[in-house]
Amino acid sequence: MIQLCPIADLTPGAVTRIARPDVPVPLALVKVGERVFCVDDTCSHETASLSDGWLDGHEIECPLHESRFDLRTGRPDCPPARRPIRTHVVQVVDGMVCVEEASLALTAETAR
Amino acid sequence: MTTIAVVGTGLAGVRAAEALRAEGYDGRLVLVGEEAAQPYDRPPLSKQVLLGKCESQDIALTDEDLRAVLDAEWLLGTRATALDPASRALTLVGGRSLHADGVVIATGARARTLPGMPQLHGVHTLRTLDDAHRLREDLSRPGRVVVVGGGFIGAEVASSARALGHEVTIVEYEQKPLLRQLGPEAAGILGRLHTDHGVALVTGVGVTGLVGEEGVREVELSDGRLLPAEVVVVGVGAVPNTEWLTGSGVACDNGVLTDERCRTTEPGIVAAGDVAAYRCRGGRLRIEHWTNARDMPVIAAGSLLATLRGQDPMAQPVHDPLPYVWSDQYGVHLQIAGRPGVDDMLELVSGSFDDSFAAVYRRDGEISGVLAIDSPREFGRLRRDLRSAWSIR
Ligand SMILES: Cc1cc2nc3c(=O)[nH]c(=O)nc-3n(C[C@H](O)[C@H](O)[C@H](O)COP(=O)(O)OP(=O)(O)OC[C@H]3O[C@@H](n4cnc5c(N)ncnc54)[C@H](O)[C@@H]3O)c2cc1C
Ligand code: FES
Repeated sequence: MIQLCPIADLTPGAVTRIARPDVPVPLALVKVGERVFCVDDTCSHETASLSDGWLDGHEIECPLHESRFDLRTGRPDCPPARRPIRTHVVQVVDGMVCVEEASLALTAETAR
Repeated sequence: MTTIAVVGTGLAGVRAAEALRAEGYDGRLVLVGEEAAQPYDRPPLSKQVLLGKCESQDIALTDEDLRAVLDAEWLLGTRATALDPASRALTLVGGRSLHADGVVIATGARARTLPGMPQLHGVHTLRTLDDAHRLREDLSRPGRVVVVGGGFIGAEVASSARALGHEVTIVEYEQKPLLRQLGPEAAGILGRLHTDHGVALVTGVGVTGLVGEEGVREVELSDGRLLPAEVVVVGVGAVPNTEWLTGSGVACDNGVLTDERCRTTEPGIVAAGDVAAYRCRGGRLRIEHWTNARDMPVIAAGSLLATLRGQDPMAQPVHDPLPYVWSDQYGVHLQIAGRPGVDDMLELVSGSFDDSFAAVYRRDGEISGVLAIDSPREFGRLRRDLRSAWSIR
């Protein structure tokens, strides 16, 4: 498990970007209600950082070309993105948001 | 069974087909496209495709899943040559005819050329994948490049050619590139982007001739200068593809005229994308940018289906988005929203005009546009402010 940040640091309605040497890919963390969602921060279309985007309920809109991704499934609602972004299961342990390391491992599919 | 024909298989055509199915249309769907290639996306043509960073399959607009959902007949490599509004019959190249109950016009635009110029090797326009491949081929050899026109496509081609190691000159008729679209300050900033990256900018002159025997050798300017060139790229705008509608009764004037719901002057015929000049509160707009071609077909599909189903099309949503365009040049992301007037004041909001920044245009104190370089987050915030101002216009 990799510890990402204290749950207390997550503000509803805001995206927290995690980019650290010990985390294989940049991540975006979002708290919606009581649930914490963790997705790849890099858009599946080009290279935008989704944490620069607009949050609307369970959706995050890419700041460059406006595909909207569902935080629950990773799926985009419309082009230009066609592929989903990866979603990662997180747990809160002792107030820290943690993610399974295996979930972050890059596959041939995602390593572009 | 009902038949809907979508003419044009670019972004707008594919999106119209997608929207028709998403809205529950289960009749016959025929897509007629002049290009033989499977539908593809154009923005990468001047960027990643020229740089050799992506191939045809990376820019496909459809995949197997989408084609299954669309369940359409694809007539690719097939140009529509006429439309008879009374029978709503399309004439296809070769004389075949196709009857349709509803028609979506999505024939886009083509690159404008310089009139009266000789046909020489090395002279290009850039609109299609074939164009991009031909240009990439020419750019694979050393040689000087002259780009005619400093608009978005010209700027992106210049940036790509420069990245490939060429000596590049942009010739722009106005005093600054994009002057009339973005005003003097922003045009100055974008002009500096070129010169900072080693691209020469020749402004305030026109091109009067192309000189060469087989291949182009020189570009002749209106001030008498001759610029040596092995490759010339003409980026002087686009012309809507409406000629095939001559005699159809569908009214055209620099594009297919539509109302706020994408309906043309003929019932059961809608238009969307680069080809459509739509009515909106701001008057009439024909937008040649990607986001418009993505979103407008959804409105067009909605109003066409309402008409075919005998429902009130006036109950359907209208197309009146905040115009948006992005461009990638010299490794920076440029984003512009709204329709700023040339005389609107540009006001810095964050960053610095010498580097990355976000800025707003103001007219009589009111926000009229947003311009940003490498500041997507700030751009998004400002665009939302502008969107609220736009919707109460
Ligand atoms: C090189 C390039 C780079 C671009 N970069 C950007 C960018 O960075 N950002 C941005 O916002 N926008 C960009 N654009 C603009 C964007 O790509 C267009 O707005 C978009 O492609 C318009 O889609 P469309 O489907 O309306 O028209 P088109 O893409 O032009 O498609 C129309 C299709 O209809 C076909 N057709 C025409 N006549 C007929 C006929 N009679 N019968 C059958 N088929 C016909 C054409 O062959 C074509 O395939 C770029 C455009 C180009 C060319
Ligand atoms: S980079 Fe996100 S939609 Fe293009």
